[in-house]
This record gives sequence, structure tokens and C-alpha cells, in this order.
Amino acid sequence: MTDVIVVDDVTFAYDERPAVERVSMTVEEGEFLGLVGPNGSGKTTLLLLMLGVLEPDSGSIELFGQPVESFEDGYRIGYVAQRTGDGHSHMPVTVEEVVTMGRFAHIGIGRLREADREAVHEAMQTVGITDLAGRRLNELSGGQRQRAFIARALASEADLLALDEPAVGVDAESRDAFYNLLDELNDDGITVVLIEHDIGVVTDRVDMVACINRTLFHHGDPESFLESDTLTAAYGRTSRVVQHDH
Amino acid sequence: MPGDLRRRVIHASLGLVAILAVVMVAFIVSYWLRDFAGFATVYDILMASGRAFDDLTGMNALRHSFIWHSLATGVFIGIAAPLIGTYLVHREMALIGETLAHTAFAGVAIGLLFASATDWHISLLLAALIIAIIGAFGVEWMAQRSKTFGDVPIAIMLTGSFAVGTIIISAGDGLSAINIDSYLFGNIAFVTLDGARLMTVLGILVMAVIAVVHKPLMFITFDQQAATVARFNVRGYNILLIVLTAIVVVGAMQILGVILVAAMLVVPVAAATQIARSFNETILLSVIFGQASILGGFFLSLEFALPAGGSIVVVSIAIYLAAILLSGRSLVPIAAH
Repeated sequence: MTDVIVVDDVTFAYDERPAVERVSMTVEEGEFLGLVGPNGSGKTTLLLLMLGVLEPDSGSIELFGQPVESFEDGYRIGYVAQRTGDGHSHMPVTVEEVVTMGRFAHIGIGRLREADREAVHEAMQTVGITDLAGRRLNELSGGQRQRAFIARALASEADLLALDEPAVGVDAESRDAFYNLLDELNDDGITVVLIEHDIGVVTDRVDMVACINRTLFHHGDPESFLESDTLTAAYGRTSRVVQHDH
Repeated sequence: MPGDLRRRVIHASLGLVAILAVVMVAFIVSYWLRDFAGFATVYDILMASGRAFDDLTGMNALRHSFIWHSLATGVFIGIAAPLIGTYLVHREMALIGETLAHTAFAGVAIGLLFASATDWHISLLLAALIIAIIGAFGVEWMAQRSKTFGDVPIAIMLTGSFAVGTIIISAGDGLSAINIDSYLFGNIAFVTLDGARLMTVLGILVMAVIAVVHKPLMFITFDQQAATVARFNVRGYNILLIVLTAIVVVGAMQILGVILVAAMLVVPVAAATQIARSFNETILLSVIFGQASILGGFFLSLEFALPAGGSIVVVSIAIYLAAILLSGRSLVPIAAH
């Protein structure tokens, strides 16, 4: 197994406020990693560091075997940011336009070719949104919007899916369907890094759990995570943790 | 409207805009080079058709070459401003145009001061352009260091540069015969030869640049973080967008004036967003609405001797209101920063 992401002793602070401290971990090819932690624990920051959006204050990160700061193959990563399901944007962009953006990392400022259009249609078909292609994104439900974002990642033929709380604003039924889709994509060999506040979803579906609260509290399979006292240690004794059976 | 008919109407309207743009380029170039035989013929044909238009409509407009120059400036504002504005509005940066217009005003004042102090007459529009671009970087610099909301640096730059402009103009009163009111409120008759040529060149430049970088700009506008992850040079594109905005604002200032310049960046886009079915259609519709506003405003201004800037903006807002009624959708908020 090759390593997709290698985080080595990474520390990052916003101004003087430390967000991630001395974290080291590895994500292997084909892995489904759940990244959990209480609110404000640095999950999103760690993900953005992994993807090279933020630069660590110290330590180093490798993406697909290259130092993240010189990594250029943007099309290999499909990223779905936090709150994309809210539809807060009034931008009149259609589902097809969003999915087509997945090809932009390949073509840059060049023209879309037939192969690009095919990849877009195939991606929409895979997630089941072909019939929504011409609809404005901000007129769709949260679940449909999330599918469009996943299709964008698929259209770019990404090897790594990085998702930051993708199910926020999505109803329960679409949420299950969405996570089933993630499972299928992972079975096809796509590496998935998922930030999720619902511990139940994470432990049910992922291969590995990384629990952080500024520092890495646990990194291992879901069973060892649940058996350990990481939850109490990372979340504190009084916090309420969302954990339920599916 | 059925999709096919809708597409045809949009394409036909764009075709008219394109023809208009080509005629305006033909006029600007043939007037410029009318000492040469071939160009003189083109110029004569255009002026003759202008007179014929006037006779037909009973107007007193296109028989004068200065009106042609103003119209050419207007036509390219009507294309370039909504084109850039589509990205700005959907990045919630609607007011950046207004800010840069005020910075450009300070640029005009500084240009005047420079000219009177050194006897070296630089183009005031060029001075405005340089200062507007510096102002654009200033806003970005402040926004990165400010501990307040994103629109606070914009408000500070907007008022601050205007303040500096008024101080310089007031201190240098009597040094120059330039009519400051024309910069503030715009004026059809005030478009200079250089101004019209500048706007034509800038308009074509903006169209060419947007044709090349539309995809990354659209991606960044929609999802800046995903574009960063996809390894687009987001900072570079942001700077490009803001420089293009400064260019359009300075060109448009001649007719619309400092105070109204932002309208052409924002209102046609808001109207287009109301009824467009996609982002690409929004761009096309906003250019069509922008052009309709310019032509409608010009007509009102010439026919009823009204200020051009005000007339253009009023027509554009009328189109926006019509778009709201047509769409039945809720109001598209015109973002405030």
C-alpha cells in the first residue's frame, strides 16, 4: 500500500491561537478515514493542511509522495468544503456547470473536449443526478446538492475525496444514500477522508478513525477507538457526543 | 419561454450587440485614421448612415462625430462592465466598483495636481487608472490585516480616497480648467477622443482576457477553496479580476461619473441573475441588459436633454424590476461588499 497523505509532526496556529499541535499520521491508498473531534478541535484546519490550502508553521506534509507545497496535480483531489450543502449561494450555477468544474483542473484555461463532457455525464450518472443537469444548484435539496459536489470530484477523476461535514443540511434518508455512495466509491479504490460530527456514522463506515482535539488523541480502527477512552479524553466528560446505531 | 426560442432570442440579441461593437470599432478606427483614403471612405459611410438615422428618427445625434465617440464608449462600457460585474456580484464584491471609482477620482485630482505642478500634462484617465489599481491593492492589503468585517476596508477606502480627492481639488482650485462635475456625474459631451479610444481598447482587452480566463474565474467565484485545492492560482486570479475592474471603472467614469459607475457592474447582473438558467447564461444576459441600458439611457439623454449617467442607471434598474416581475423569484440581494 502506498501512502496518499503523510502528516509529519505538523503544528499550525491562527495568529497566536494554536489549532493543530504536533500531529503525525498517515492515510493509505484506498483507506476510508473518519476525522472526528469536538467543535473547534482543528479538524477542518488539519484537512486544509493536508490538502495544501494552509501551510504548517512546522512539520511537513506529503501528498501522493510529493511535498504538499509543490504538489501540482490538483485533479487528483476532490474536495467538498463545509456548508456547501446549505445552498447559501445565490449564484445561478447549474448542476452540470458545477460538475464540469471538476474538469477545470485538467484543462486549466483550455477548451472542454468531448472526453471532458463524457467524464461529466458519466459522473452525473454515477451519483444519479443526470435528470438534474440543467437545474440551478440553489433550487435543489441539500442531498441533491451534495451529490452534485461528489459528481464534481468524480468528474475530475480524483484518487482522493476530502469531505468536510458533507451531510450538514441533508435529510436523514438522503444522508444514508449519500454515505452508501461514499462506501461504493471507496470500494472502487478511491481514498476518502471524511470529517463528520456524527460518531455513529464514522464508526459504522470507516476503516480508520483519527480523533483530534488540537493534538491527535487516537488513530486506529473504529473498534479500538470505541474501546479506548479517547472519546472522554478528547471531548471532555461533560460534552454530549452524537452516537447512535444505524 | 420554450428553451429553443429562448436560446434563439439570446443569440440574436448578442448578435446585435456584436454588430454594434464592430460598427463602433470601425468608427473609432476610421475617425482616427481618416487621413488615409480607405479609412476616410469608411468614416464617410458611417457619418452618412448617422445622418440618415437622424433624418429617419428626427433626432439630432449621430450626425455629430462626438456623439459617435460617446456612443462607442457607452457600447464598450455596456459590454465590459456587466462581464466583469458577473464575477464580482457573485463573489459578494458588488461595491468594489464604487470604491475603485472613488479611488480613480482621487487619481484624477492627483493627475491635475501633478500636471499643474510640473507642467507635464499626463492623461487624467491614465492617472485615474494607476491610482485606482493602487487603491485596489490597498483594499486587499487592508482586508488581509483588518480585524473587522470585509466591507469595512472597502468603506474606508471609498470615503478616504474621495476625501483626499476633494482636498487636492479644493487646494488646487483655479489651477485647472477641468470640470470636476463631469468626473463626478459623467457627461456624454465630456467624452474625449482619447477617452473613447481608451475605452474601446480596454473593452476589447477585457473581453479577450475574460474569454481566456472565464473557467478559473467561474470556479473561484463559485468555490474558492475547491479552486485552491485544484491548484488554481487563486490570488493571481483575484488580482487580475480587481485590476480588470479598475480598468472598466476608469473607462466608464467618463459617461457614468464616479458616483454611478458601480451601477453598470451590478444592476444588469442582478437582472440577469433573476431570470438566467445557468451561470453562462447570466453572463450573456447581463451583457445584453447592460447594452440595452446604455442605448436606452443614451436615447433618453439625447431626446430629453437628461444627464446620461442617471438615465442609463434608471433604465438598467427598470430592466431589473422587469426581470423580477418576469421571474416570479424572490429578490436577488445585491451584496454589500
